[in-house]
Amino acid sequence: MAGFNKTNITPPRWLLAELTYSCPLQCPYCSNPLDYSKYPQELTTDDWKRVLTQARKMGAVQLGLSGGEPLVRKDLEEIVKHARELGYYTNLITSAYGLDEARIVALKEAGLDHIQVSIQASSEKLSDYLAGTKSFEHKKQVAHLVKKHGYPMVLCVVIHRENIAEMPQILAMAEELGADYLELANTQYYGWAHANRDLLLPTKEQFEKAEAIAQAFKKKVEGKMKIYYVVPDFHEDRPKACMNGWGTTFLTIAPDGVALPCHSARELPELDCPNVNEGSIDEIWHDSKAFNFFRGTEWMQEPCQSCDEKSKDFGGCRCQAYLLKGDMYATDPVCSKSPDHHLIEEAIKTAKKSQEVNEQPLIFRHSKNSRDFIKN
Amino acid sequence: MCINPDLTINFSPMYRLQWEEVQQKNVILYPEGMVELNQPSAEILKLCDGTRQLTQIVDELEAKFQTTHLEKDVLNFLEDALKNGWIQQN
Repeated sequence: MAGFNKTNITPPRWLLAELTYSCPLQCPYCSNPLDYSKYPQELTTDDWKRVLTQARKMGAVQLGLSGGEPLVRKDLEEIVKHARELGYYTNLITSAYGLDEARIVALKEAGLDHIQVSIQASSEKLSDYLAGTKSFEHKKQVAHLVKKHGYPMVLCVVIHRENIAEMPQILAMAEELGADYLELANTQYYGWAHANRDLLLPTKEQFEKAEAIAQAFKKKVEGKMKIYYVVPDFHEDRPKACMNGWGTTFLTIAPDGVALPCHSARELPELDCPNVNEGSIDEIWHDSKAFNFFRGTEWMQEPCQSCDEKSKDFGGCRCQAYLLKGDMYATDPVCSKSPDHHLIEEAIKTAKKSQEVNEQPLIFRHSKNSRDFIKN
Repeated sequence: MCINPDLTINFSPMYRLQWEEVQQKNVILYPEGMVELNQPSAEILKLCDGTRQLTQIVDELEAKFQTTHLEKDVLNFLEDALKNGWIQQN
């Protein structure tokens, strides 16, 4: 904001290209915005190529191809080929639904570097229930094909109350499928996960038990499989250093071309996030209101402003402050120094209570539910 | 994990070694991650192409940089690289 020295702006390193909001799955913890059905427009192939070229020139090198389900885009191979020629490391982040051997080969020929396959749980029944689509066996077959064709494979499992007790079986599944990396992504409560938080947030005891099992496994598979453990920040006493600092490293482009400093920033008011059809990535990154909004530390309130850890965690997550407190400038309530930390404690208590009562159903991510959110 | 001096060393196909013009440095790229390399590390890794054993790598580096006694530093780095999975011997 005002006073931030623009010569301090570092170039983007990570570009997350959300190619589409379309998805055959309906996971109730999806990070897409609740009102995604409001944005049916999608960038063209040429738009994506232009964006990739501009961001690469600035120094972006890791490219996540995500969604929704990126496989829905028929031009995925063409986008991958362009990205690879520019020198990106190309990551396909997919549900694997609809992926077959011919396309795995075609993507390899186009230059795709890595495939991340997500599976919802270790049992068919629970995985298919959470995905809202019969997909478990197909996903496992795809995972084997990904390895057969020589890709490094990340298996991603989003962890929450429905599957956290399955941790030993999830780890065994990762071994069986030959994953090179296992991402155990404790649910982050944005988008659909925020709407379903009472039904998804595990208790501290459940977290600790699962984490101990995962840590023991990490030692066991050292040298064979790497574990990415996304921490459950509701049970921490310091917030995450969200996005490695606002506008320092990460650039997300939503399906309709809106450029976001993080993939949840669409939920924040007043940012006026720019569209790639209205300006170059260079202009967006350096000059737009949205990307400068929380750069540096001048925007911070107390207790962040005088905190000696402010350049370590940057005050935590702006979206979390907004979702929980209604004030995007506030200290992330996850921080035990935050005057709003009780909001986290209350959320944990409410979720625990809901586990005992279990009266409301999960809200699945699909267009009808999205339209209902827009109406309300 | 130890480097076997009798086997050649190759860079793992699970990683990519690449020069980054904007950063003016070599990097290792892998799923969702990147390691920035200093120049000596990059010079060592570029010689891990499956045709050279440890002593050959050391000899070439010593000749290129007109110095001696690199073996210990090179070996230490390669053992770390092996542990990280960046290189392989087979």
